[in-house]
Amino acid sequence: MISYGHHRYPGRLFVVEGTDGSGKSTQLSLLYQWLKSEGYSVFFSEWNSSSLVKDTTKRAKKRRLFTPTTFSLLHATDFADRTERDIIPPLKAGAIVLADRYIYTAFARDVARGCDRAWVREIYKFAVKPTAAFFFRAPLDVAIDRIASARPQLKFYEAGMDMDWADDEEESFKIFQGKILDEYDHMVNEFGLTVVDGTQPIRTQQRQMREIVSRYLREKLKEKAVLAK
Amino acid sequence: MREMKFYGTALPSIEIEPYSGKLIVIEGTDGVGRSTHVALLRTWLESAGHAVLDTGMTRSILAGRGIKDARAGHTLGRLTMQLYYATDFADRLENQMLSALRAGFIVLTDRYIYSAIARAVVRGADPEWVRAIYGIALVPDAVFYLRMRSAEELAGRVLASGRGFDYWESGMDLGLENDYYDSFITYQKLLLKEFDRMSGEYGFQVIDASRPVRRVATELRKSISRMIDDESVITAPTDREIVKTEMREKARTAIGTTSKDGAKTEAPEQLKSA
Repeated sequence: MISYGHHRYPGRLFVVEGTDGSGKSTQLSLLYQWLKSEGYSVFFSEWNSSSLVKDTTKRAKKRRLFTPTTFSLLHATDFADRTERDIIPPLKAGAIVLADRYIYTAFARDVARGCDRAWVREIYKFAVKPTAAFFFRAPLDVAIDRIASARPQLKFYEAGMDMDWADDEEESFKIFQGKILDEYDHMVNEFGLTVVDGTQPIRTQQRQMREIVSRYLREKLKEKAVLAK
Repeated sequence: MREMKFYGTALPSIEIEPYSGKLIVIEGTDGVGRSTHVALLRTWLESAGHAVLDTGMTRSILAGRGIKDARAGHTLGRLTMQLYYATDFADRLENQMLSALRAGFIVLTDRYIYSAIARAVVRGADPEWVRAIYGIALVPDAVFYLRMRSAEELAGRVLASGRGFDYWESGMDLGLENDYYDSFITYQKLLLKEFDRMSGEYGFQVIDASRPVRRVATELRKSISRMIDDESVITAPTDREIVKTEMREKARTAIGTTSKDGAKTEAPEQLKSA
């Protein structure tokens, strides 16, 4: 098993991270459009998207079957399937992979739920180290406002209601997001995350992102895409 | 009463406290007769008045069905498979085994983390990685390793049971050989080697499973009655009991029973893989 930091593939992997409402998905889709228009072969991979695991996760959420440990392990299973199916093959083929949430989401959420830091990191040792990981940092109140306006009802696990931090969903969500933000802040140095200020205008954030991404792109990646067509 | 001891990092959501039950593991490769022995032990212990919970791989409410569906499709990647099994294990540990042990049950488990480790390592996973994941496992009160002398003998047992060779039990996903029989032999040999390696590390009590069922059953009964301080005289199971148990186990795995959860358990694997 090749572990984190030891994978050597010709492709590039860019990931976005951040709390809910930090604006990361918007930025990633803008990046996607740009790379496509520049002629690169780009693949998109989302958190919690493995078709093998989807039904199990859905059922478990609906019936509230999760403990912090099984929540962590099932999401790791989902991520493993994505890695084996959607991430490694395109990277081997020299394509660009864009991931909306990556292992850092698990590190933040699972540790916020009480899982052991070292244990969670060990589980994800098989992950490919990203070329660059962007952490969209938005202050807690900004993120919560964005979520509140976008989603009328918070879901049980999303709000961290399984942890009995608070009786009220909104209150619980705030506590949970606060813990998650703390974990992200710890990871900035540990994993060398690139911090993007999520309160800046969307265009400013995108410009910063494109500037960094373009440093890692070579004409060669483009040629591959042309040949594939 | 015994203090809960874990191999590594204990589960975050549980209280570590003494428990009065016993965790007894029946381990061994495919076809050694684990499920028959678990069933025989269960009847025997219950008739002596002990409360028993039996469990085994892919029997969790959370992940059991998902794993079976994924196995049927043969599209399960190696890492994905190991983690799916770990999820299944954690769910059973937290929701079935630990609560039963606290309540004083004897928990009989058909396989534990050792099979999962052996399968993962044979498939090229980093042994340290798998062990770290299963660090959440409670150290059992006893591990009985039903050991067969050779892979050929195992193949004989599998054929005699009428089940035929299953895709995963034969390690077909590894692409070791071209047909089920050759693959089964090569794969099971690798597993046997892994089990032997773990035997000392985890303190297995090795039971020679090449002998007739009643002799293996008697040895298990003797060892377990010592563990639970049961003074009664140990008798071997009768032939009738053995035949009935074996038939029941065969029916359970062949037809597929519907659990409370509504999950179909174990349709014939060889049909799915055909």
